[in-house]
Amino acid sequence: MAKNTLSSRFRKLDIDEFDENKFVDDHDEPVDNQGPDGAEIDNLIRQYPLRDMMTAFHIALRNPPVNTKNPAIKERALAIVLRVLTSFKSSDIEPAVKSLDRSGVDLLMKYIYRGFEKPSDNSSAILLQWHEKAFAVGGLGSIVRVLTARKTV
Amino acid sequence: MAYHSFLLEPISCHSWNKDRTQIALCPNNHDVHIYKKDGTKWTKIHELKEHNGQVTGIDWAPESNRIVTCGTDRNAYVWSLKGEVWKPTLVILRINRAARCVSWSPKENKFAVGSGSRLISICYFEQENDWWVCKHIKKPIRSTVLSLDWHPNNVLLAAGSCDFKCRVFSAYIKEVEEKPGPTVWGSKMPFGEVLFESGPSGVSGGAGEGAGGGWVHGVCFSHSGNRLAWTSHDSTVAIAEGGKTSTISSLSSETLPLLCVSFITENSLVAAGHDCYPVLFVYDGTKGSVTFGGKLDVPKQTSQRGISARERFQNLDRRATSSETTEQGLESLHKNSISQISVLEGGKSKCSTFCTTGMDGGMVTWDVKSLESDLKDLKIV
Repeated sequence: MAKNTLSSRFRKLDIDEFDENKFVDDHDEPVDNQGPDGAEIDNLIRQYPLRDMMTAFHIALRNPPVNTKNPAIKERALAIVLRVLTSFKSSDIEPAVKSLDRSGVDLLMKYIYRGFEKPSDNSSAILLQWHEKAFAVGGLGSIVRVLTARKTV
Repeated sequence: MAYHSFLLEPISCHSWNKDRTQIALCPNNHDVHIYKKDGTKWTKIHELKEHNGQVTGIDWAPESNRIVTCGTDRNAYVWSLKGEVWKPTLVILRINRAARCVSWSPKENKFAVGSGSRLISICYFEQENDWWVCKHIKKPIRSTVLSLDWHPNNVLLAAGSCDFKCRVFSAYIKEVEEKPGPTVWGSKMPFGEVLFESGPSGVSGGAGEGAGGGWVHGVCFSHSGNRLAWTSHDSTVAIAEGGKTSTISSLSSETLPLLCVSFITENSLVAAGHDCYPVLFVYDGTKGSVTFGGKLDVPKQTSQRGISARERFQNLDRRATSSETTEQGLESLHKNSISQISVLEGGKSKCSTFCTTGMDGGMVTWDVKSLESDLKDLKIV
């Protein structure tokens, strides 16, 4: 603590915030990317196996919340996508991955790695299968893009 | 494809002289070694010891036969050959961080140094005081400048930096040259003007992507100067055409990030990086698309050996697959990342030979004609 005032309040200052050379990202927050629509996904999953999982999958990957900094939106989107991913059958994974374009594969990889962060009982096994299929299409580049992306999902 | 292993240490940077008989390189220490080619052997003929820190950039001016080196000691030296000895002249760069890359301009009357102080120093020789003077380009660079390339008109300079952007600046110095004519990148070119700034990589790619990009490792102008290519740490390569700068074509590759890039014709580029082999990319100007052209390396040697049951289980244990191949190491010529690529013959418009050096201390000279014949589906347009 400071000798003369016996105070440690200065320790709560974040000195890096005052550095004039600090790098600030130019980030804008458009309000349209609010994450996939939960209700629609719920409907589709409930009607499985009658309904097509592919459409649920594509809807889940639409509108990724990459531009917002609001963690609640990101959590919600992540939960929805993980629900869809875990309710896929193993044999359906490969055609689903094949139906995506380059940026879709990158986005899928981002969600897979986010899913890895919080493993639950049955999610890891299915996520690893998704990872294997996405890696076969996207290659090491897609994983590098997950690591270097500044706009995280 | 000749592979020559110079040392065990990485080669930090290299540069060739005009007739390609001598190469100056830095063996990851404070010196520059110059090797001379004698048939197939290389002998060291000079050691340039002046820097106090690792030498990060070397450029050998072909016409005036001067070498400029820059290092982490925040200095640059211009070396001239006096008789049999290279004599250094210190250039005060006025930077307070390490210098990262250096490049002579096409007319060799000035050179540019990119540094960690978030600026580029453009240095030119002042006759009256008989010393090198420098001017700084600071705005709007926000982080270390990793790579530089001059436009053929001697005024425009492309810089790739760690703030995820590739920019084209004007480095017009009125003391050494006349006003340049207009180019596709713009017509007003006062010193320090930004004529082009790339958004994050992948700007024209998928709709919601704009992934934020990565550090821009390598930049290269095409021979005419109308096209600019850069590679970035998020494994993408992008090309912008002057005049049509709102559309940037980029390709997200499946390889590890590429560290260096060079045009070999107006439409093809060769890039290399952490994957240890060069790759070819083809740019289609009409469609504005970059496509992967092929992997340039020695063809794969397949061995038809049978595999014993014991080896099968060993493979399963070690590598989780019981595959037939027993590749102990990489199959490429280079055994570690490739850090620099330089065109040897033919210039950037019709390159016939280029050379790569890397972290494995080796240098490989690649012959474009024999690559085309060896790798069947390779097409260099």
